[in-house]
Amino acid sequence: MSAEFIQPDLMPALPEMVMLAMTCLVLVVDLFLPQEKRGFTLLLAVATLVLAIAAVVWVAPVNAVSSFGGSFVLDQLAVVLKISTCVVSILVFIYSRDYLVDHDIYRGEYYVLGLFATLGMMVMISAHSFLLIYLGLELLSLSLYAMIAFNRKSLSASESAMKYFVLGAMASGLLLYGISIFYGITATLDINQLSAEISVQFAQHPVALGFALTFIVVGLSFKLGAVPFHMWLPDIYQGSPTSVTLFIGTAPKIAGFAMAIRLLVDGLGELQVDWSQMLTALAIASLAIGNVIAIAQTNFKRMLAYSTISHVGFILLGILSASANGYASAMFYTITYAITSSVAFGVLLVLNRKGFEAEEISDLSGLNDSNPWYAALLAIAMFSMAGVPPTVGFYAKLSVLQAVVGVDMVWLAVLAVLFSVIGLFYYLRVVKVMYFDKPLPEQTTTIKEALDVKLLLGANSLSLILLGMFPSTLMAYCILAFS
Amino acid sequence: MYADWPLLSLVIWTPILGGILVLFAGDKEPAGARKIALVVSIATFLLTLPLYTQFNTETHLMQFVERQPWIDAFDIEYYLGVDGISMPLILLTSFTTVIVIISAWEVIQYRASQYMAAFLIMEGFMIGTFSALDAVLFYIFFEAMLIPMFLVIGVWGGANRIYATLKFFLYTFIGSVLMLVALIYMYNQAGSFAIFDFHHLRLSLTEQVLIFLAMLVAFAVKVPMWPVHTWLPDAHVEAPTGGSVILAAIMLKIGGYGFLRFSLPITPDASAELDWLIITMSLTAVVYIGFVALVQRDMKKLIAYSSIAHMGFVTLGFFIVFRIVNSGFGDQGAALALEGGMVQMVSHGFISGALFLCVGVMYDRMHSRQIADYGGVVNTMPVFAAFMVFFAMANAGLPGTSGFVGEFMVILASFKASFWIAFLAALTLILGAAYTLWMIKRVVFGDVANDNVAALSDINRREFLFLAILALAVLGLGLWPDPLVEVMHPTIDNLLNHIANSKI
Repeated sequence: MSAEFIQPDLMPALPEMVMLAMTCLVLVVDLFLPQEKRGFTLLLAVATLVLAIAAVVWVAPVNAVSSFGGSFVLDQLAVVLKISTCVVSILVFIYSRDYLVDHDIYRGEYYVLGLFATLGMMVMISAHSFLLIYLGLELLSLSLYAMIAFNRKSLSASESAMKYFVLGAMASGLLLYGISIFYGITATLDINQLSAEISVQFAQHPVALGFALTFIVVGLSFKLGAVPFHMWLPDIYQGSPTSVTLFIGTAPKIAGFAMAIRLLVDGLGELQVDWSQMLTALAIASLAIGNVIAIAQTNFKRMLAYSTISHVGFILLGILSASANGYASAMFYTITYAITSSVAFGVLLVLNRKGFEAEEISDLSGLNDSNPWYAALLAIAMFSMAGVPPTVGFYAKLSVLQAVVGVDMVWLAVLAVLFSVIGLFYYLRVVKVMYFDKPLPEQTTTIKEALDVKLLLGANSLSLILLGMFPSTLMAYCILAFS
Repeated sequence: MYADWPLLSLVIWTPILGGILVLFAGDKEPAGARKIALVVSIATFLLTLPLYTQFNTETHLMQFVERQPWIDAFDIEYYLGVDGISMPLILLTSFTTVIVIISAWEVIQYRASQYMAAFLIMEGFMIGTFSALDAVLFYIFFEAMLIPMFLVIGVWGGANRIYATLKFFLYTFIGSVLMLVALIYMYNQAGSFAIFDFHHLRLSLTEQVLIFLAMLVAFAVKVPMWPVHTWLPDAHVEAPTGGSVILAAIMLKIGGYGFLRFSLPITPDASAELDWLIITMSLTAVVYIGFVALVQRDMKKLIAYSSIAHMGFVTLGFFIVFRIVNSGFGDQGAALALEGGMVQMVSHGFISGALFLCVGVMYDRMHSRQIADYGGVVNTMPVFAAFMVFFAMANAGLPGTSGFVGEFMVILASFKASFWIAFLAALTLILGAAYTLWMIKRVVFGDVANDNVAALSDINRREFLFLAILALAVLGLGLWPDPLVEVMHPTIDNLLNHIANSKI
């Protein structure tokens, strides 16, 4: 064994290294800050993400480059997804501030954990070997478990963290089991070599490969929250502090999408026919269960959890169509969904005040009377989730449907649009509560307004309309990622 | 001087941007918001006038065309243009919006700026729907206009408004999503979303039938045709006056317009194959809904049902053409039917809008729409009664009013197809007169029914203004429909040529 140690090219991983160094810096600096200067930690955390974005832009290659023996790849897909992840995380950090202050959990650890989670997501996005995918996934998950349990005084948060931990560990186990079978058959963890190995081995081990694929898909569905592996999602969304729900509901979806692409498309493209069928069943079930059960919810966070499940169904539709168009549209859908749900949870966070936890849909009653600005922002987000033009949600749905019809699955498209009509009902109910109902008595206290949150949330929400009217640029990047 | 103006973009975006401006003017200064809204709506109306005066009546080609690439990924274009079918409807839209803004002047006190803004933004979306020549652009406008209407009914509507507005939104949405799938399917065949590329697409009969049915759901809900009409009476009854006017005068026309722009030219073979379905649905609307209207106790509901019956004439006129051609009467009879349907659309826009405004005028004073609460209104409101009787006569199809022209053309054309179809269609002359005049008898004439009616005051100058404008429009179109019929001649002829060729 005289394998020479080859110095890997570190440049492609520069954003991750910046993140890691800066996160450690945040951790240390925060220790020496008095509570009233906590704002500096936030500033530093945002600066970290901005630096990471700058680093991504700086190292962005024209053609895909890989490093660390092929286990780390930086391509167009990774660049776009990393930037989106960081942008969404910035939004999350800023929206959360007032909520954290009100609940006496305004601590630096929130940001440190959030940054580590973001780092995990960035690793997942660039990972091109089973091991690295798993590493990124666990870094993300462990940070999230801690973030949920962060509010020690809240019983429901501890319960959620426990649930998430147990179920998440199980999902990771399933994923690992699938990976180990693949390793057993192909003797490689490298995603680049996997395809070639599978095509060689396919004739010999069709059953074992199908078996392993099933475990991978199940593990993936757990992480994405596709039916029937969705049960954790509503409980965790509802039980977590809203600031953490905001985080779970946005950026990790992008990382989950990246994981699906890396595993299924890059790695297991040879088994496409099999996983397309599995994803078809999962997508239909997600669309049906997500949309129908959301109707019965009275808790806004829980309703959004079920709505997430239905959106995952749409993302799966794009992936299962197994065309460059389909992947690009699923990517577009994922990114815009993350942006949309950051508006929805962001508005909910703003409505929270000391001693008043806005959680129920009825808590939004008459929001148009008490605060037309936030009512309008949330209404735009709701219409976007429902896919009503001219918001971006419509264009996202259109592109996914186009991909599905493009591979001659018109019936699936019809099914998807019918379920989205059902979905429309519960989004409209939120608008109805805000605009048509009268405010509740406890609602009359004025909302504390921080100007930066107000403006950022406004820009975030208006971006849904702007992206809906001019989706070309983002769509072009998504298509470029798969060309 | 208008030749190089992007006129259509102007008439779409002026009201939308104006609406946003009104929104930001806010409720603190409702008077200012009203004035801005009025100025914007009048400006938009004036901007639409050159569409008529500069219109070339010699050609069926699209005019005032604007074409820009928009979303390259899917070849979606910002592609606008008007022909003889869409141009009159755009004028109708901008005209009606001015009337609605005036009619809401003092009546709407709660969040007046949001109310005005909703109607202006809706106007932009509706004009966009009529002028879009790209299917996705059309769909975006088609759907987007639901949002302001949803809010208008839900915020300013009557007691049962939430049920009505949710029903309205869900009904229309479920119809249109199927159309979206059909549009995407055709995009995959044609490689572009331009509606004219769809027109030249070769499709097998099965494909055509499925596409036709998908679009039928979308447009039939919008028209609305029996049996998917049930959202309309609810929406009309609960909507504020302005909402009812826009719904009846313009939104319903988008369904009819869709048949002409999409169904007939894209799927002519399926349309010919399934014309019995549409004719049956239309005649049911005319006859059965006519009877339903007869027994209504709520004035708005009665007018809503009368709208469904009148729109039945429109769809009958559009789809009877295949039978006329087959009976050997050739294109002239068919053109009569199509033009009759179009005239009926425009005329119904005026008349139903005016009737809803009349009910609104009474409702503002009495806060009741029940026929039984009224009686002898003519004694206390003579000027108003004159207007209301006039519009009711027009609704019943009195010769000399616009209501007569369209109905007469469609019935005349129907005779060339089949006596029985024409006979059933002609029943409307009796039924329409029965339900409208009976309502007039109970509401307007007779002795003063109660103290509330006795305390009524006649219409003020503002109300006189918008009723008089509408009365002139109804009368003008009734006596001299030529200016309207002329502009659509070449377009209709071209459409007939188009649907005569099989696309299989």
